[in-house]
Amino acid sequence: MDKKLEPIVKAVQGKFSAKFEEFRNEVHMFVNPDQIVDALTMLRDEHQFELLSALTAVDYYPQTSPRFYVIYQLTSLAQNLSLQLKVPVNGDKPKVPTVTRVYSVANWRERELFDMFGIEVEGHPDPRRILMPDDTEGHPLRRDFPLGYEEPQFTFNFDEIDLRKPYAKE
Amino acid sequence: MGIEQKLGNMGVVTTSLETMVNWSRTNAMWPMLFGLACCAIEMMSAQSSSYDMSRFGMELMRASPRQSDLMIVAGRVSKKMGPVLRRLYDQMPEPKWVIAMGDCASCGGVFNNYAIYQGVDEVVPVDVFVAGCPPRPEALIHGVLTIHEKVKGEKFSDLAVK
Amino acid sequence: MSQIEEVTIDQYKHLVSERALTGETMLLNMGPQHPSTHGVLRLLLELDGEIVVNCIPDIGFLHTGIEKNMEAKTYQKAEVMTDRLDYMNTMGNNLAYCMAVEKLVDLDVPARAQALRVILVELQRIASHLVWLGTSGLDLAAMSMFLYCFREREQILDIFELVSGQRMMTTYIRPGGVWRDVPVEFEAAVRDFIKIFPKRIDEYETLLTKNPLFIDRMVDIGYLSKETALSYGVTGPMLRASGVDWDLRKIRPYCGYEQYDFNVPVLTEGDTYARYLVRIQELRESLKIVEQALNKLPLGPVRSDNRKFVPPPRSEIGTSMEALIHHFKLWTEGFSAPDASIYSAIESPRGELGVLFVGDGGPKPRRVHMRTPSFDNLSVISEMVKGYLVADLVAILASTDIVLGDIDR
Repeated sequence: MDKKLEPIVKAVQGKFSAKFEEFRNEVHMFVNPDQIVDALTMLRDEHQFELLSALTAVDYYPQTSPRFYVIYQLTSLAQNLSLQLKVPVNGDKPKVPTVTRVYSVANWRERELFDMFGIEVEGHPDPRRILMPDDTEGHPLRRDFPLGYEEPQFTFNFDEIDLRKPYAKE
Repeated sequence: MGIEQKLGNMGVVTTSLETMVNWSRTNAMWPMLFGLACCAIEMMSAQSSSYDMSRFGMELMRASPRQSDLMIVAGRVSKKMGPVLRRLYDQMPEPKWVIAMGDCASCGGVFNNYAIYQGVDEVVPVDVFVAGCPPRPEALIHGVLTIHEKVKGEKFSDLAVK
Repeated sequence: MSQIEEVTIDQYKHLVSERALTGETMLLNMGPQHPSTHGVLRLLLELDGEIVVNCIPDIGFLHTGIEKNMEAKTYQKAEVMTDRLDYMNTMGNNLAYCMAVEKLVDLDVPARAQALRVILVELQRIASHLVWLGTSGLDLAAMSMFLYCFREREQILDIFELVSGQRMMTTYIRPGGVWRDVPVEFEAAVRDFIKIFPKRIDEYETLLTKNPLFIDRMVDIGYLSKETALSYGVTGPMLRASGVDWDLRKIRPYCGYEQYDFNVPVLTEGDTYARYLVRIQELRESLKIVEQALNKLPLGPVRSDNRKFVPPPRSEIGTSMEALIHHFKLWTEGFSAPDASIYSAIESPRGELGVLFVGDGGPKPRRVHMRTPSFDNLSVISEMVKGYLVADLVAILASTDIVLGDIDR
């Protein structure tokens, strides 16, 4: 772990009793959903993490509690540090509070989070789908959402697939 | 112009109306300025200095569908874009042609998934498919010339049936 | 196929000002098919006369499901998807992906491969900036810029074709190195480019930098403050034009960038013109890096010899049983990565291109998230265009240098 990061990790640990893991010189801290806004505010104001580089989630289906980990990747420009916060979220009715008041970038990233994973973001100022059409059912990046594979046409099955292919009319 | 010297004092040229109309259609075919993804960049390359598609009367890209004859679907068509693409096609005046440029527009390409139409022929009727990911500008020019060939062979009687 | 829904103002009530509800201001739809949106971007504009009051971007018209598709492929096969993300920066995407895989499985890359990567990625940066310069010139009615920029870009694409066989979707950089060594003509081709390109940048600058029409359209337009930029996660030339000295090549050097001497152009104005100047200067700096890397290009292997992750060279397969087994295993089953997550980032022409990788212990990733710079760079547009004219919106949008494939993924 970076020397400069140690006190920051200690501070977050002390305040939120957060666990942390280290892998390939990266520090990941685990924070509960109700603490995330405070944790991000503290990291931004007291430890100069000005940039929220990434906000996304990972689906650990079929595991259910926690099923998702919402990931907040933070960067400090002043100190040249990176820190990742992971928030465990349960499978049924997944929810996280919005962090748009801390980082404006979270607005679109959280809309994407809802669109792709169906994780509801509480208090979001603009809760609409962002990438998929509004009438889509399901959330594509969940592991139980099918990829939507369509069988490719080859010589031997060309006619068979051709029959059921929905060709457009003039 | 030079044509007078070459042809001499011919005065009258006889040809069929069909040939005349088709000839004029091929040499002033205006594509729609409409790029979707990677292939749009190659389409721009085909328009630009090194390849210069205007040699074939195609330099005038129209931003409005109502002024264009040819739609080059350059790139992958997502489920959200499909209805928009269809509406653009419907807005184009007859006669109109479609080139599906690239693998994604032709058959879905490498993206065999929930988000992409497996071939734009599910959305609009396609006249010419151009293969490649993305196709080289030469390939696009070849596709355009192929559509010229197609147009030259069109019969009025066929169009009336449509 | 679903139909296009008619949009009512009720859906956007929380995003527009109150004057829109009474009909005092007008809502105007721009895109998804529009010549100056650089792709399939839809902007819903609230206009007071010609002044933009609110701008609501609508994205997703190019949503490709790349992240989902990558989960269904092995680590080597998923790489072809990265090319098609940000199609102006294909080499950079390959590099970001490969660096993430190398970090996840702890793989070393030989020095020659590192130098080749630097050369190609910097050439790609130049090509990307050239497309930006050409198209944004086109948006501001400087048609000749488009023709000039694409002329030079062809030269770079010829170099890419020389090394990889493809003009755009190269997939040349692979986990553990590069696909294969460059052909002998490579050095001459790059030197040729290095020789002519500085003069060409001067030509561009003669045409644009002091052009009064261009300055009128660019100076003091689309101001972006440092604080707003950081809060919206803006990175790359846009952030540097707002006065933040942040370039991952300098600050967290990867691929041996620390060996090369180059400057990071930083301006404090934060307007459209500053973004233009930063990118023009980056062209020169990138060229400097290419030249240094080419001069120092070491000899040696271009792929790691760790056979567990990198397939053996073709010549070995005929003679070595072990090589044959490794080759077969790697291309059928693939290699396994640990059940852990990493984040690695590079500086793409548009900003921080990060890859968040989560392995699941098997040959396929559990999750690949591409942190694409254009996504955040576009989200700030609603802040940047407020109070400017619609015509300025075109200039501002051009200066953000967005690539829709990068945004929608």
